[in-house]
Parts: sequence; structure tokens; C-alpha cells
Amino acid sequence: MSAESSKKELAVAALRNGTVIDHIPADVLFDVVRLLGIEDMATSVTIGNNLQSAILGRKGIIKVADVVFPEATLNRIALIAPSAKVNIIRDYEVVEKHHVTLPDELFGLVKCNNPKCISNNEPMRSHFTVVNRQPVTIRCHYCGHTQSH
Amino acid sequence: MATNSLVSIDDISKEEILRILSAAQYFEQNPDHKILDGRVVATLFFEPSTRTRLSFETAVNRLGGRVIGFSDPAVTSTSKGETLKDTIIMVSNYVDLIIMRHYLEGAARYATEVTDVPVINAGDGANQHPSQTLLDLYSIYKTQGTLDNLTITMVGDLKYGRTVHSLLMAMRYFNPTFRFVACNELQMPQEYIRFCDDNGIAYTVHSDFSEAVIDTSDIIYMTRVQRERFTDIMEYERVKDLYNLRNSMLANSRPNLRILHPLPRVNEIDRDVDDNPKAYYFQQAKNGLYARQALICRALGIEVPIVNK
Ligand SMILES: [Zn+2]
Repeated sequence: MSAESSKKELAVAALRNGTVIDHIPADVLFDVVRLLGIEDMATSVTIGNNLQSAILGRKGIIKVADVVFPEATLNRIALIAPSAKVNIIRDYEVVEKHHVTLPDELFGLVKCNNPKCISNNEPMRSHFTVVNRQPVTIRCHYCGHTQSH
Repeated sequence: MATNSLVSIDDISKEEILRILSAAQYFEQNPDHKILDGRVVATLFFEPSTRTRLSFETAVNRLGGRVIGFSDPAVTSTSKGETLKDTIIMVSNYVDLIIMRHYLEGAARYATEVTDVPVINAGDGANQHPSQTLLDLYSIYKTQGTLDNLTITMVGDLKYGRTVHSLLMAMRYFNPTFRFVACNELQMPQEYIRFCDDNGIAYTVHSDFSEAVIDTSDIIYMTRVQRERFTDIMEYERVKDLYNLRNSMLANSRPNLRILHPLPRVNEIDRDVDDNPKAYYFQQAKNGLYARQALICRALGIEVPIVNK
């Protein structure tokens, strides 16, 4: 076992039940924190940033005890951190491990950057279609404007 | 959402376009066919547009329908802060069809999501205006006898002109050749150039409104170059008259050439072109009536008789 992976095991092992989100690029870590609504949670949360990563250079990690996020919530992360990996922990064991995947359509997640779009002027949910995944480009279902992330 | 709504020209297939043009042709021959049998149509103009509203309301009246609605949002509850959703749901209680124009982009699409009554988009900000595109297609079809294999020259403001963008996209089924004539600042956006590439549509790009371009065109689609589109006023002053059409420029043009313009024009088409039989912009506006009659029947699911050619 390499030093790198044993360190990771240790970090994960500290959590009895909950969710670990790993491989988040360092510069978007706090965007992910906000997106998941972690600031308002009462459970124990560990956030690490600027950790060494062979793939990302510097990465961030978020560990949330006793919370399993809905799939739809986790997939929102794909928009800003497509490299992120989700580990579900039960009794100190990783019982589930997967990448986040950007859904084909995004509801209520992103704000349209066209100020004259109806979605910015009515109490309604935004709706985007993913037109490209790498880099991520999405098109507003209402006004047709495209934006990149 | 009602399936017969029309929000964007992209929503309809080639077959549907041809069916609408055939219906438009029927109404040109039978403009007063009272096919609507007293059905009630709302024209909701959250943004005033007298030209478009008169065309739609005339279409409903000639078809024997009734019109309710407003032409000035200042008199409605919208000005008191009512949401679009609430207005649409309220109006849906009374009518069989909603024809709406709105200053916000995507408003018509959203309206289709909150009502089961069919919606026709009569313009949503800078976004879509499909009845304009259908009247353009009908004008081309009528004057050329076909939509296939035509050379269409678009002139003026190709960057912000939504009519040229929609026409370009709708023509993709008919193997057109486009010529894009504009100054650098107002040339056809990359997005539409890519659309042409992806769909195998032939095009050439010109900064010169030359005789070589004019003399090889079947259709010249003129648009207005507006001062407020320019970031550099000096640039506007330099190019403002380069894309004006004068009668003398048409001396060696093709006999089938027709000049189109979505109107209103300012001085991009000289008055001396008006008497040339190739000037078609006033008839083009009239064709809007027939195209809109066809669209209204489509939205209401009413069969239009086939024309005798
Ligand atoms: Zn939008």
C-alpha cells in the first residue's frame, strides 16, 4: 500500500457514516460547499483543501457525517467539479463509490446570464439543456442563450 | 403544453412548413373563409407592436373568430406586479388560443408550460418571431415558385437581426446558398456560420454590397443598420450608407430577383426602388396575413382545404 492511499484510507476511516466527496479542484471547493448547503448543516463536517493530487495538482475534500445526499444534489456538483468522486460510508466502510455525472437537463440549478430572460424576471425555476460536456456548455431552455462553466 | 403551440421556427418540421405554406396559399385565394366559427382568440401584447397585432387580429377576424386582449400592458395587472403565469392562466379560462408578444426572451416558451391552451409566439424580445419567418418563406415560395436551390443574399445587420437568423435556420431543408453582406461589426455570428457548416449549407461572406453579389441573387433580404448597435460611432458613420440599395444597382439583376425587407425601413432601400417590379416588401407584409391565418388554424387543429393549383 502506498503512502498516498494509506493516508486516504485514514481520512475516510475517520468517518463512521456519511458522505465523502473527493477530487474536487481546489479553486472550486467552496463553491461545492455552498452548492451542497453545508454551511447550514448541524452535523460534523470536515473540509480539506490544497491537498496533493497527482491528477488535479491541488484538490479539496469534503466529509459530511450522517448525511447521504440525494443523487440529484450530488450531480449538481458535476457542473463545477466534473472530476469529483463520491464515497458513501457506512460503518467505516466505503459501500458506494462513483463519479458525479452531469444530467442532460438542469432544473433550478444555474441562473441564466441573460438579464432579459423570462427566467430572471418571473418566480420560476431555470431550465438548461447540456449541449456540450467538455467543456461544459449549457443552453437556456427559455431564451436560448448558451453559457459555459 | 398544447402540441400545436408555435414558439420557435425550430419547433416545426419541413413537412409542417410546407403544409403551412399550402394553407397560406389557400387563404390568399379565400381570405374570408369563416373557418373559426366564432372561436375566441386572445392577443396579449405585453410590448406594443401595432404592425404585428393588426396583422394577427385581421387574420382572426377574416377567419370568423373573435378577438379579446390588450395592446398596452400599462392597462393590465402586469403593471401592478402580476406574474406572467397568473395572467396566462387567467386568460386561458376564456379563450381557445393565445397569441402573445413579450419584451422578455423565453416568455412564450414559459407560457406554454403553464397552460393547455395553444400559444403562438408573436415575438419574445430579441429571441423568436416565427410568424415573420413563415411569411418570409411564403413570400419566397410565391415569388420563386419553389423554396429549393435558391441564392439568398442577406444585407445589413446580420448580427442582431433575428429575422435573418430564423430565416437561415428554416431554409436548411431547402438546399439554399447564402451570401452574407455586412460590415465586420454586424456580420453573421459564429453560431450561425457553424450552423451552416454543420448542415452543409453553402455561403459566402462579403463586406462589399457589389453588383457581382446582386446579379447572382434570387432573393435579397435587406435589414436596417441601426446606430445603437455600434460601439464605435465613427465606424457607424463610415458604414451606414454602404448597405443601402438603389434602383440603379438592380440594372443587371436576375428577372426573378425579389427584394424583401421585414419593415419598417428607413433609408436602406431608396424610394426609387419602390416602383421596380422586383421590390416585394409591401406584398411581403400582406403575405403575413395569409401566413398568420394558416398558423392560427394549425394552432387550433383546424383542417384547411387543399388549394387547386
Ligand atoms: Zn435564459
